[in-house]
Amino acid sequence: MRYWTTRRRDVLTGYLFIAPQLAGVLLFVLIPVGLAIWYSLNKWNVFTGKQVFVGGDHYAALASDPQLPSVLLATVVFSGGVVVLNITLGLLIAVLLNRRFRGATFFRTLFFSPVVVSVVAWTLVWGFLLQDNGGINGLLHAIGVDGPNWLQHGDTAMLSVIVSQVVRSVGVNMVLFLAALQGVPSELYEAARIDGARSRSIFARITLPLISPTVLLTAIITVVGALQSFAQIAVLTGGGPELSTTVLVYYVFQQAFEFNDIGYGSTLALMLLSFVMVLTLLQWQLRRKWVFHEQ
Amino acid sequence: MITARKLLGALALTTAATLTAACGASSDTGASKATDVKLRMTVWTSNEDQLKLFNSIGDAYRAEHPEVSSITFESLPFADYNTTLTTQIAGGNAPDLAWMGDLSRDLIASDALVGLTDQLKATDGWQYDDLVDSATKEFSRDGKLYAYPFSNSPFALYVNTDLLAKAGQKIDPKTLTWDQVAAAGAAVHAKTGKAGFVIRDFDYKSWNTLATVWTGFGGSAWSADGKTCTFDSPEMQRAFTFLHDAAFKTSAMPGPGTKADFFAGDAAFTVAQVSRASLLTGSFKFGLYPLPAGPSGKYAVLGQAGVGVLAASKHPDQATDFLAYLTNPANAAKLAQFFPPPRKSLLTGAKLAENNKKLTAAQLQEVVVDQLPNAVTLPNHTSPAEIAQKGKTALDALWKADADIPTVLKSVCTAIDPILAK
Repeated sequence: MRYWTTRRRDVLTGYLFIAPQLAGVLLFVLIPVGLAIWYSLNKWNVFTGKQVFVGGDHYAALASDPQLPSVLLATVVFSGGVVVLNITLGLLIAVLLNRRFRGATFFRTLFFSPVVVSVVAWTLVWGFLLQDNGGINGLLHAIGVDGPNWLQHGDTAMLSVIVSQVVRSVGVNMVLFLAALQGVPSELYEAARIDGARSRSIFARITLPLISPTVLLTAIITVVGALQSFAQIAVLTGGGPELSTTVLVYYVFQQAFEFNDIGYGSTLALMLLSFVMVLTLLQWQLRRKWVFHEQ
Repeated sequence: MITARKLLGALALTTAATLTAACGASSDTGASKATDVKLRMTVWTSNEDQLKLFNSIGDAYRAEHPEVSSITFESLPFADYNTTLTTQIAGGNAPDLAWMGDLSRDLIASDALVGLTDQLKATDGWQYDDLVDSATKEFSRDGKLYAYPFSNSPFALYVNTDLLAKAGQKIDPKTLTWDQVAAAGAAVHAKTGKAGFVIRDFDYKSWNTLATVWTGFGGSAWSADGKTCTFDSPEMQRAFTFLHDAAFKTSAMPGPGTKADFFAGDAAFTVAQVSRASLLTGSFKFGLYPLPAGPSGKYAVLGQAGVGVLAASKHPDQATDFLAYLTNPANAAKLAQFFPPPRKSLLTGAKLAENNKKLTAAQLQEVVVDQLPNAVTLPNHTSPAEIAQKGKTALDALWKADADIPTVLKSVCTAIDPILAK
């Protein structure tokens, strides 16, 4: 009997096709995650290379870290603010630009263009604009408003990083929503109008259910993106004032690369990974309840 | 059959030849490893003239030491220098030599540096006793030197005399106090809209630079043994009240979030290292004086940088030998054109002025040479980044108009005491 049967050949071909992707996942995801787990169980003196096995000490330290509650709160506020603003604004702009009018292409380009700008360059410019004597307060002063010192107070600093992040990235969601909106069959709208439906109920009962798969996709992408936002925080506020804008991913960087506590930094990174996984799984499970094609 | 034998014979010959070649190659490689020493030194300067000087000293050393095939000076960005150097060490790619600032305590405490004293003392003509004690203190442990303090730049007060004249202000540098600086600064701000005094690089983040002020008030960040925070001492409360008033009451100092660059003509005074004189463009008249007196009298503060040999270096002996060469009296004199040296023999105003186009011999004598012997360094401790971040997080609450200064300073101690006690 021949070893290379058609079935075996097909199996091999299949594996060869996914081999590059598997190699990438193995090298850049699974091995680093495995190493992070190992590091989280060790105390590593980076200057001498000595590692001492400490078991669950770093996990126990999570409970006694006085800064962690503030960091988690900042992470929830930042991620929540970015997700809500980004999806709402992205959908609103997409609905407005889905109509046919002169200049629609110009506005689509305008809203998408920040996406292609380097995040560091974008944030540096926002840093200048948000100074006490910067451009935004200059504009406010011109209309008789005394603007706050945006980056020096906890609330306004958080608002500033959320807005700068949303303005930069809302174009991606806008494009995804635009594509989804253009995929809704026009005869459904016509039938609804003949039945006397108003714009608001057409949007709520036809548009939103039909684009719900895209809403799910953008929700997952935006949540994961928000939890990974690092450069904006590092450049704009450095996590301050106090801990008001120190989100978890920035805290991981501080612990691992500034304080050289690789073990505790890895523990925090694994906590962040578990948050992302739980949130993604939750959204994936909930899709059956509200995503049109999944019902 | 004959063909098969011929083939086997050819195969055997080829195998033998290949093995011989391989052995030859491996013995060559082994020999070259012993002689082909490649040294790498990380620095945070990207100044072409400075790198040119380092390369010329490196070339001269290689000419005398054929076993060293290359010496590379690797420029790393200053902002990420500590992180990059640490990552290189952790990743098994440590340089042989490295510049170091506030990372030195961690490196020394971890035995990550090679002790230099014996080698330097044993090097002919190196003149170890020529080093100024105040310069070596920061880089020593138990009487052993671990990094050569190649740059010792005292902080000084730069004055924009044009701005002072415009605001009708006069100062007497000989008897100048911080209160007078604040009064003149507030007057300049009120009359010209420009900033009064700026502590350069502080920017309401790098609080360790405020040691250039609080030392004059008799304050310090922690006790002499480095184990207890002293931010909440009466002296520190007085110093921070002075700074808080300057920022929020008299506007003598720009408040948080306001940028003012002295060297661009935006401020009347700045406290900066003498080496920053290179930023003067000649667009305004300036004066350069020792730091003003505080309530505790006259004082001096020093910013330092050292160069050491990493214990993780593959060639620690050659690296130490090169360091001894790089810092010998002749080369130290060359380096002195960029970095105030730690050698007594080079520390005269006239010698420093030979290569300084911005400052006169008298100025250099007054702000560098006369200050060095009694100067204290900026606060330095193990875990510098963690102390800096936790201190900053607590101190952020101070930079509000209605701040409760004693409470905030106490919270700084609560934040950093556990790190100091480690």
